[in-house]
Amino acid sequence: MLIAVLASIALLFVDQKTRHLESLRTTLSLLTDPIKYLVDMPTTVFRHTADSVSSYAALKKENERLREDHLMQQTRLLKLDALEKENIRLRALLENSFKLGEQVMIAELLSIKMAPYEHVVVVNKGTRFGVHPQQPVMDENGVVGQVIRSFPMTSEVMLITDPNHAIPVQVNRNGLLTIAVGSGQTNRLVLPFLPNDADIKPGDLLITSGLGGVFPQGYPVAVVDKFTSESDKPFATVTATPKAFLDRSRELMIVWSNSTPIPLVSKQAAEQNQVLEDALE
Amino acid sequence: MLLNNKYAWGRIVITLGLAMALRIVPLPGDWAFLNPDWVLLSLIYWSLAVPERVGIFYAWSFGLLTDMLFGRLFGQYALAYSLVIFLCLKLHKRLRLFPLAQQALFIFFCLLLSQLLLFFIKNAQHPAQLHATFWVPVLTGTLCWPLVYTTLRFVRLAKRVK
Repeated sequence: MLIAVLASIALLFVDQKTRHLESLRTTLSLLTDPIKYLVDMPTTVFRHTADSVSSYAALKKENERLREDHLMQQTRLLKLDALEKENIRLRALLENSFKLGEQVMIAELLSIKMAPYEHVVVVNKGTRFGVHPQQPVMDENGVVGQVIRSFPMTSEVMLITDPNHAIPVQVNRNGLLTIAVGSGQTNRLVLPFLPNDADIKPGDLLITSGLGGVFPQGYPVAVVDKFTSESDKPFATVTATPKAFLDRSRELMIVWSNSTPIPLVSKQAAEQNQVLEDALE
Repeated sequence: MLLNNKYAWGRIVITLGLAMALRIVPLPGDWAFLNPDWVLLSLIYWSLAVPERVGIFYAWSFGLLTDMLFGRLFGQYALAYSLVIFLCLKLHKRLRLFPLAQQALFIFFCLLLSQLLLFFIKNAQHPAQLHATFWVPVLTGTLCWPLVYTTLRFVRLAKRVK
């Protein structure tokens, strides 16, 4: 009895103060990960059967819709490419380095529920795919959260609405910087650090500011839905609704942000300059 | 009988594994906070029924696995489970004679003790972030005790786990 209690207390202290227990976690995850997949199995099987019995007509319709979507996205991407190039050029004029280019991997949610008072979900990609803690996670609409723990087969993602999560954001309209903290409800973020006279109003889009180094800059996070200034308090009460479908999307994207900033002068331009200089000599 | 006894631990481990699976089953809607601590309930049952087999060691190792499943910190469930099972082992002779309702009352205090320990540990980690629904599993767990009791009793008698 005493041994068990002492061992648990020792574990608690060691785990809180140091990072030595990661290898133990990895080993034990070999036992617990199968349980997660076991619980997820009925949902997966159900979805697979639903997929395989859906009719030809429905599939054809979906295919057509997806094709149209793809075409539209492609056209928008063309324009975006041009804009991106222009942005890099302008940034170069301002002598400002610019981070760009992220890699994503699609991970599927396992339908299991962790501790109900925490907003943590489990996805089916882990360290075997190179997932590591502190990676940002998105869906097609916006930021979902960040990876907090990764095991060989699974990893845990903390949603931006978890009460222990905070994300640095800026208002898209005017660049006002602040921090959005999770509220514990799946459809609400709070912005507790805005003064009463802050230039922010309902409908403003909040995007990631890139400060803090976890989330890349410029991804949509939430839309402000309420701003109440209270004259007797130092800060205004601001709440926002996340853009991402936190409780509905099944596919999430884990992002690797490119940590090397794009150089001010592109390689080609540098080479051309070199050629010109050589020619002049 | 000897043969059955040889495989008994496997059956106990399987039921505990299923209890862990039940613990993370997604309940429809927002009812997840009702999900009781199935692992602790099964551990209590086994420690009362076959105390010479299921003791602190089981409690501690399954606590560690539960920590692995969703604890932010290693050791919290291990600590809570081994303390509760220690209590059950001390009192198992008396508890076995209790009627089910009276047992359930004891289970209520066991679950409360475990949840209190977890509360203190979690609170030390990030203060004041826990919702009031944190305490609901204690109540639902007590209500689920007759179910756990009859199911595991059936398993024990059918498979002659001694």
